[in-house]
Amino acid sequence: MSGAAVLWVALGAAVGAPLRYLVDRAVRSRYRGRFPWGTFAVNVAGSAVLGALTGAVVALPDGVVPAAVQAVLGTGFCGALTTYSTFGYETVTLVEKRAPVTAVVYVVGSVVAGLLAAALSWWAAGLAVG
Amino acid sequence: MTGERARARRREASVLGVVAAGGVLGAEARYGLGVLLPHGPAGWPWSTLVANLSGCLLIGVLMVVITELTVAHRLVRPFLGVGVLGGYTTFSTATVDVLTLAHAGRPLAALAYVVATPVLAVLACGIGVVATRVAAGRAPQPREGGR
Repeated sequence: MSGAAVLWVALGAAVGAPLRYLVDRAVRSRYRGRFPWGTFAVNVAGSAVLGALTGAVVALPDGVVPAAVQAVLGTGFCGALTTYSTFGYETVTLVEKRAPVTAVVYVVGSVVAGLLAAALSWWAAGLAVG
Repeated sequence: MTGERARARRREASVLGVVAAGGVLGAEARYGLGVLLPHGPAGWPWSTLVANLSGCLLIGVLMVVITELTVAHRLVRPFLGVGVLGGYTTFSTATVDVLTLAHAGRPLAALAYVVATPVLAVLACGIGVVATRVAAGRAPQPREGGR
């Protein structure tokens, strides 16, 4: 555990977490349905960014993408921008509000959209740097 | 009017501040967990799974405590829920872990992980909610019209 990495993670998270809050609030003020589009959006977007970063790390020789960039962008920013706890709680809330179909659509839709976004950006990043 | 506005802006700034501070704390805890439980590209991502499952359990407990059992200070939910637990858990790493496993030639592990994470996470959150209500002597289900 390096001191520099701790600082980079903090910096990324200090941007990612408030950005998630702002996106969720902006979405809630425009859309009043029960589908949690705000969390869906940050989770898919964050998966795309982390997919691109990981695709570049994998495609390039070791050490070309600095550990600091992985700490600030991957662990800090993407990690804090996206959330599993809110995702889980929103799903439980949908079930309790007797919207089990919406709950299942939310979970499956988030996982599939996240995977597609991450895979696409991983592939694109590999092409871009390869 | 301007005083009202300034006050609203200060409230907004305080919410963003505690979300950022909580997010940093949560992300550092997740980073520490990753250092404690390291894994290679082909290894099962225990650190992310543990963070996501424990974070889901804890938000279930937290939300019942602050929305059903107590009247919490207005910054408790932004700090602990949006900040700490939101920063501690991660959807992006859970997603990219799946691709990393598949890329490392472990498609079955990738499939198991992509199914297990959401199923167990939602279950953990539900257990946190119900167990907290039961521990507080409430019915496992919220009353109709409540919330």
